[in-house]
Amino acid sequence: MDCILTEKNKLADNIYDFKIKSTSLAENAKAGQFLHILCGGNGYLRRPISICEVIDGEYVRFIFQVKGEGTTALANANVGDTIDVLGPLGNGFSFEECDNVIVIGGGIGIFPLLEVTKRLGKKAIVLLGFRSAENVILEDEFAKYTDRIFVATEDGSCGYKGYITDLMRNILETNKVDRIYSCGPMPMMKAVSSVAVDKQIDTQVSLEERMGCGIGACVTCTCNINGGRKRVCKDGPVFSASEVEWDA
Amino acid sequence: MPDLKINIAGVEWNNPVTTASGTFGFGEEYGQYFDLSALGAVCVKALSAVPRLGNPSPRIAETPMGILNSVGLQNPGVEYFKENYLAKLRTYDTKIIANLCGSSIDDYVKAAEMLGDCVDMLELNISCPNVKVGGMAFGTDPRSTEEITTAVKKVAKAPLIVKLSPNVTDVCEIAKAAEAGGADALSLINTLLGMKIDIHTRKPILKNNTGGLSGPAIKPVAVRMVSQVYHAVKLPLIGMGGISNGEDAIEFMLAGATAVAVGTAGFVNPYAWVDTVCGIEKYLVENKIEKVTDIVGQAELY
Ligand SMILES: Cc1cc2nc3c(=O)[nH]c(=O)nc-3n(C[C@H](O)[C@H](O)[C@H](O)COP(=O)(O)OP(=O)(O)OC[C@H]3O[C@@H](n4cnc5c(N)ncnc54)[C@H](O)[C@@H]3O)c2cc1C
Ligand SMILES: Cc1cc2nc3c(=O)[nH]c(=O)nc-3n(C[C@H](O)[C@H](O)[C@H](O)COP(=O)(O)O)c2cc1C
Repeated sequence: MDCILTEKNKLADNIYDFKIKSTSLAENAKAGQFLHILCGGNGYLRRPISICEVIDGEYVRFIFQVKGEGTTALANANVGDTIDVLGPLGNGFSFEECDNVIVIGGGIGIFPLLEVTKRLGKKAIVLLGFRSAENVILEDEFAKYTDRIFVATEDGSCGYKGYITDLMRNILETNKVDRIYSCGPMPMMKAVSSVAVDKQIDTQVSLEERMGCGIGACVTCTCNINGGRKRVCKDGPVFSASEVEWDA
Repeated sequence: MPDLKINIAGVEWNNPVTTASGTFGFGEEYGQYFDLSALGAVCVKALSAVPRLGNPSPRIAETPMGILNSVGLQNPGVEYFKENYLAKLRTYDTKIIANLCGSSIDDYVKAAEMLGDCVDMLELNISCPNVKVGGMAFGTDPRSTEEITTAVKKVAKAPLIVKLSPNVTDVCEIAKAAEAGGADALSLINTLLGMKIDIHTRKPILKNNTGGLSGPAIKPVAVRMVSQVYHAVKLPLIGMGGISNGEDAIEFMLAGATAVAVGTAGFVNPYAWVDTVCGIEKYLVENKIEKVTDIVGQAELY
């Protein structure tokens, strides 16, 4: 599906914020789902990028980091250009009733959590982890929906010094939490998961894997779930943390 | 309107386009994008007598105009296929091809017996480069090709297609062995064994180290092999390897393919299969050709 790029911003070094117009995407998109984007340039395959926000039932926003060929080409798109997008794809986060929620993300994994936080509002305690102060982005946008928001940087240049998961452990000591939503680097999600499973907190994690078709047919993007292999694109990318075999 | 019907090993297809096994699952996913009745046949993912887990991830890597995959024949087994996917596939006006894999001749025979006549054609995958036992080993030696073809043909209740590997010195030798073993048709090519290394981590992208190369990058190799095999055996051929549209398909048919399969191109364009059918028709109309079968093998070689 061809969508018009209506807004483009550079948020930080190598991080781009795109808004595309598509009523059908916006009407169907759920927090945690992703778009499979044809980036142009020399890359052959599409690139999976999370839906960051759905705006006014008409626009979808996504944010990406420039890494290799595809994202480099995508970053060159200009407002008014068309972008070929498949989606929304995958299963997003589920939102059964609960009152006390932690939303925890690290690095580029925080993007899908904005729509999650928008949906949860004040119920959410948001924890965002970055390497250093210059990598901190979107904090003010998360702050629009909840006032309980904490940042950690590995070097201590902004907020708590250390891993965001250490901060989560501290918060769990004093707060009752019945659900955790998480997306970020694998070691981070693994740490979140081990704490959460210990404390029996229902936890949803969004996984990442190299993928082909994006719709479940090629079965290349598998992860180990409950003794079997599941497709990140179609069965995920959101899985229940208790089912993920992190070391398999 | 040109006539797109073909007959391959006694099975009539509405048009010459099918799906490359392993790129189309069991039809469910792309069935959300277009009506599968638009295809001549649907070839499903490799099936084995017992379920297989496949290889660990990452099992896909991007390459110039193509991909490497090391899925390793993950599949839920023949029984599961029959119980959960077959009925739905049968609601479409298309032929169904089951791709068979295994680690031993017995495995293949068992899978073929379990399928019986519930599908329209069987495709013997003796060319998968991603498994340690069986797979490509059968398809790179003429004696084992003939032996396994004979064994499966003996129990097959549907016409038998043998799928050839490009990872051989002389593809015609293997094609003739399959013909001698009683194959009813041949399909080619499966993926080319390849590798990609991340120069920063110095590690291969694929957890399996190596994988099978597919997509437009392999098309010239595939066209060459179809042409060679067309002139070496009498069997009808299903050509594949990097086909993305009608023009690519016509090239394979001119080289000698009666039918074609589209695979990897669909990962980029989910309509690649139907676009290929439309593109073939357009070429026939533009060139005032009445029957698609009239172009098979009509390349004028020097
Ligand atoms: C479900 C999902 C959601 C994602 N959401 C976002 C997001 O919102 N923002 C963002 O910046 N990034 C996101 N990513 C990661 C993003 O897909 C990769 O950074 C991107 O594909 C890299 O492409 P490239 O052309 O820059 O790199 P190249 O190295 O040129 O890519 C080569 C191939 O490897 C694949 N690949 C490389 N790195 C990754 C990776 N980390 N994950 C999956 N495939 C990879 C590419 O898709 C491509 O097929 C997401 C990944 C997944 C699986
Ligand atoms: C992800 C993937 C999985 C595949 N799985 C199978 C398989 O199960 N059985 C088989 O015979 N071939 C398999 N193949 C090979 C294709 O059927 C086809 O022969 C090859 O990809 C060349 O065609 P293409 O370039 O159009 O994809 C697979 C290819 C890919 C890309």
